[in-house]
Amino acid sequence: MNFDKELNARNLSCPLPIVKTKKALNDMTSNQVLKVISTDSGSVKDMAAFAEQTGNPLLAQEEVNGEFVFYMKKK
Amino acid sequence: MAKKMAIIATKGTLDMAYPPFILASTAAALGYDVQVFFTFYGLQLLRKDLSDVKISPLANPAMPMPVSMPVMVQMLPGMESMATMMMKQKLAKHGVASLEELRDLCLEADVKFIACQMTVDLFEFDKSEFIEQCEYGGAATFMGFAGETDICLFI
Repeated sequence: MNFDKELNARNLSCPLPIVKTKKALNDMTSNQVLKVISTDSGSVKDMAAFAEQTGNPLLAQEEVNGEFVFYMKKK
Repeated sequence: MAKKMAIIATKGTLDMAYPPFILASTAAALGYDVQVFFTFYGLQLLRKDLSDVKISPLANPAMPMPVSMPVMVQMLPGMESMATMMMKQKLAKHGVASLEELRDLCLEADVKFIACQMTVDLFEFDKSEFIEQCEYGGAATFMGFAGETDICLFI
């Protein structure tokens, strides 16, 4: 999937993947896509909850070699 | 209108310092207006230097220990520093942010910190030892915000 910005959230624990995702989105414009890579298994549910509560759609997510990859579109 | 969350932070130990900062930074990331009221020992979390924030195994029976330790051993000199060092190492190893980092993230996200003026007076704290980004107020100041919140927590 195409993306405009990548956030490396590897080896970070709650709440850093979410807080850093929010910070990354702040620097982006509407409809741009942010790719987030996390190793925190808790971030799977947290990213979904973040997307739902902030209205930034989670376009896709996958697990690749034990890492969690998310594609989020800025609303 | 944005949702609001208020937290009353009353504890000044390493383990109890995390929940207010974690919840405040997360709520701010989710778009909440957040205020944290620091009172009694919670005020220690507003010091510029957080290196005195410690954890004690004493009176903390739920704290996981690498080896079980009788209370008589836990109270020996140096045990608190050792427990604090071990906990900090564990936190770092698991990628948990330091208190300073979480506090900075809160401030960056416009979380408002209110320091309890009564506690400052009670313990004769020197305001110059606290970060500049906090306001000083009392219970009524805090209630003005807390009364309108969606989430209000006492930690």
